[in-house]
Amino acid sequence: MSDAPVLRMESVRKTFGGSVVLRDVDLEVAPHTVTALIGASGSGKSTLLRCANLLEEIDDGAIWLDGEEITDPRADQDAVRRRIGVVFQAYNLFPHMSVLDNITLAPRRVHGVSRAAAEERARELLERLGLAGKADAYPDRLSGGQQQRVAIVRALAVRPRLLLLDEITAALDPELVGEVLEVVRSLKDEGMTMVLATHEMGFARDVADQVCFLDGGVVLERGTAEQVFGQPRRERTRRFLRRLVEAGRL
Amino acid sequence: MTVTKGESVPERADGAAAVPVDGYVPSERRLERERHKRARARRATAVAALSTLVTAAVLYLVVVHAPGWPRTKETFFSAGYAREALPKVLEGLWLNVRLLVVCGAAVLVLGMLIAIARTLRGPVFFPLRVLAAAYTDFFRGLPLIINLMIVVLGVPALRLQGVTVDPVLLGGTALTLTYSAYVAEVFRAGIESVHPSQRAAARSLGLTNRQALRYVVLPQAVRRQVPPLLNDLVSLQKDTGLVSIGGAVDAVRAADIIVGRSLNYTPYIVAGLVFVALTIPMTRLTDWVTARLDRRRDQGGTL
Repeated sequence: MSDAPVLRMESVRKTFGGSVVLRDVDLEVAPHTVTALIGASGSGKSTLLRCANLLEEIDDGAIWLDGEEITDPRADQDAVRRRIGVVFQAYNLFPHMSVLDNITLAPRRVHGVSRAAAEERARELLERLGLAGKADAYPDRLSGGQQQRVAIVRALAVRPRLLLLDEITAALDPELVGEVLEVVRSLKDEGMTMVLATHEMGFARDVADQVCFLDGGVVLERGTAEQVFGQPRRERTRRFLRRLVEAGRL
Repeated sequence: MTVTKGESVPERADGAAAVPVDGYVPSERRLERERHKRARARRATAVAALSTLVTAAVLYLVVVHAPGWPRTKETFFSAGYAREALPKVLEGLWLNVRLLVVCGAAVLVLGMLIAIARTLRGPVFFPLRVLAAAYTDFFRGLPLIINLMIVVLGVPALRLQGVTVDPVLLGGTALTLTYSAYVAEVFRAGIESVHPSQRAAARSLGLTNRQALRYVVLPQAVRRQVPPLLNDLVSLQKDTGLVSIGGAVDAVRAADIIVGRSLNYTPYIVAGLVFVALTIPMTRLTDWVTARLDRRRDQGGTL
């Protein structure tokens, strides 16, 4: 049971209008592992994550969370989302709420945790992510890196089974990227199961147990970080990696 | 008068600048620039004052030299009738104020319900959505005065048992019907202005559609729509004067009564000025709130 995949996708197809964004995508995410989705912009990384969280309805195929098919129209979508945490590229914090209220909203309203207990856990998490003094601040008073760390705390506050990270450093200034990636690394050490779409190749290589290279909505290559970055089999992957090296990103 | 961004050089009574903590002494260049700006501001004020005076003088002369002015002055600006009308008009105005408060509250509640009804999803709510849309379309298009006549004069004509014939209650109902439609649209625009990513974030946390609306979308929508809402309330405030057509003795009707007796129109002018005087604080409040919201936005936000 413990080795059964947390998330499994089979032959997932997704189109927007006439364009096919995901084609026949298979994916398995084992417990306590990190899967990195890499690929150019528009290759389908974000869409794949949004499908996993049922923010987008897939056209064909199926997705299982802990062995339960969540793409069944009879599945309780709210219940599925309760078990998956998401962190967005643009943070998507609620601007009208303090940091503490942002974090405790779901525990209190969705999971029925008391205010005191929810706030205690929130403060604990904030402390751990180096945001102890920011509980009562409003999001627009924080730097991008701080906002993104708050967004991570918000996602963690409900103790999700799976964490989806959608290019969470793409909107950050270079000097703020490190503080956010550090958080992800420590989450991995704690055994959190994560799927992340990222442009930070150095980080992906460092932290990921499994790397998937997406191109044109297809998983073109997958394997361990050493395989995909070290001995890419496909010409397309090699070209992608070469361009990154030339741009100084790898 | 000058808008100084960044640090200011506070001037003391003796004209010397206070020395800031870091020992900064403004350069001669800066002092010269600020002297120039002050001189320019003084010049601008003088020009504005002069131009206002000239405009006022021209308007006054045109009005006073109009051929019918002596007669107009007598029938519209009679001090005697004004003194007689003012207490009665003020007495009537109390009714307008009460109408504003009650209708204002009812309009906000009803408008919000209609706006929410229009954003509900799901097949069960189809009739509700259609009804809400039809309601706003109808009452936004229907002239208020016709709405008032239908409700205030038409409802009593039905002679229904147990239904009020009180022109104040019926007038208030008509006002609420029309203004709810406007306010519903204001709320709906607010709801739609909240970026979809906010809803996505809320749903990702496991909130249901209703919870996302209640805790994430509506609070932001209402906050953004405060200026247009206050604008509609100012408008409602003066339109309470229209209940007079049903015979309710408000400020307008009080003036009307005196005009009918004396054939002098001064009481209308008095009633008009009283409404303006009542509206000005409301308008200022609107401006203040809007400016405050703008300032908050300028300080930067993610959205």
